[in-house]
Amino acid sequence: MRRPRHKTGITLAALGTLWTSAVCADIPAARQTELMHLLTQDCGSCHGLTRKGGLGPALTQEALAGKPAVMLREVILHGRPGTPMPPWKSFLNEQEADWLVQVLLEGKTDAH
Amino acid sequence: MRTDLFQSSPKIFLSLIGVALVSACVSPRGTGDLGIIVERASGSVQVVETTHHTRLAQVPGLGDLSHASAVYSRDARYAYVFGRDGGLTKVDLLRGRIDKRVVQAGNAIGGAISQDGRLIAVSNYEPGGVKVFASDTLDLLADIPAGSGDSQRRSKVVGLVDAPGDRFVFSLWDAGEIWVADMRDPRQPQVRKFSNVGKQPYDGTVTPDGRYYIAGLFGEDGLALLDLWNLDAGVRRVLEGYGRGQEPLPVFKMPHMDYWAQANDIAYVPAVGRHEVLVIDQKNWKEAGRVAVAGQPVFVIARPDGRQLWVNFAPPDNDTVQIIDTLSLKIIKTLKPGKAVLHMEFTPRGEQVWMSVRDEDRVDVYDTDTFERAASLPADKPSGIFFTSRAHRIGQ
Repeated sequence: MRRPRHKTGITLAALGTLWTSAVCADIPAARQTELMHLLTQDCGSCHGLTRKGGLGPALTQEALAGKPAVMLREVILHGRPGTPMPPWKSFLNEQEADWLVQVLLEGKTDAH
Repeated sequence: MRTDLFQSSPKIFLSLIGVALVSACVSPRGTGDLGIIVERASGSVQVVETTHHTRLAQVPGLGDLSHASAVYSRDARYAYVFGRDGGLTKVDLLRGRIDKRVVQAGNAIGGAISQDGRLIAVSNYEPGGVKVFASDTLDLLADIPAGSGDSQRRSKVVGLVDAPGDRFVFSLWDAGEIWVADMRDPRQPQVRKFSNVGKQPYDGTVTPDGRYYIAGLFGEDGLALLDLWNLDAGVRRVLEGYGRGQEPLPVFKMPHMDYWAQANDIAYVPAVGRHEVLVIDQKNWKEAGRVAVAGQPVFVIARPDGRQLWVNFAPPDNDTVQIIDTLSLKIIKTLKPGKAVLHMEFTPRGEQVWMSVRDEDRVDVYDTDTFERAASLPADKPSGIFFTSRAHRIGQ
């Protein structure tokens, strides 16, 4: 019982690492700067410039701890019906949303 | 004697120099053509003067100014700036510095000054409610937690304005309520609550005469209207179903109801999730038309004479400003001032309008007659612009 679970954990961790490096590698620096600007300024309208929240919830590292990255990506791309969170898919592709999720989860405040 | 004289004369001499210096630096001036520009990223405000388009001072140390707004003391000398991080800062325009500052909540959205100028109210998201302060000392006088009914859950407070009778009026985003707080005894506010006003009121404003409070609804198509001259009539819904059942478009920035844009009993508000400005006949509160515009409107503001409306937009159309002629309801000009036009403010009588172009770190000044750019000032990620003419208007 324990072993398979353990294995799954390792696999997920390994996938996570792969995913992280893949995400970083493919987005040009200039686009990363634009995405950071979008995050700070436009997401910041509702979530605060310092990500401590506003009409929308806080997006600090602590606030997002334990939230699955895939779920966060889906929220960014497709919004949350019934709330003011709109779908940002016309501004971002999946890979760019993944990159933003990583920035948020790591609590990074600059692009590089 | 001799010693005394010897000691006192340098003092007299120094005081004389002091008087001379003060008179040289601080010649008396009025504040009627002053204002502030919020620099949201650096947590500072610029003090500006609109007659010659000059910057008089830059005042740092105001905290997180995303979505910051300001009201003015009735002598139009002090700006009260409401920051996102709960900071309430009293800025002395004449001395160009902070007079007082308190951090009064974890997360705030805006504020108002009372009719008599003695009270400052701040609407808070966290903890949800309104706090009321003495405008001179910023001492806390009252705390109005926005809990709804028996629920322990506190609501985010939006759309806080002043109204005649030393009242503050505001809306509860989560609970869908409008509250009217009578502040004649500032330490004992008398609050009247109106529930079921509609889903997710996102902002509110009061007509320039102080009679009607209107909350825009995000969660449904419509507005909530309260007659402050007749509270017993309660809140009623107007312009219900203006979306005509169509799926709303995504809203990438919340619209604002900063100031009631009206002319000749006609009022103009941004639609939510539709690229339209709604036109309301205030005589019967029915729709009197709508104007298709370039995107999701954020601010719809009327030139002080009411002849023109200036409209800016949410992303991705936030590089555009459109001007609507209120006689013909036609767009008479589309401007592309630059990336991220966040806010616009008219000079007191409206011959010019100032607008912040955030991503280009500029504030541009346009002539409202020729639509030519008359001046441009550098500013660090500018957002809100607030002129002292607000000091003498109800609801601002």
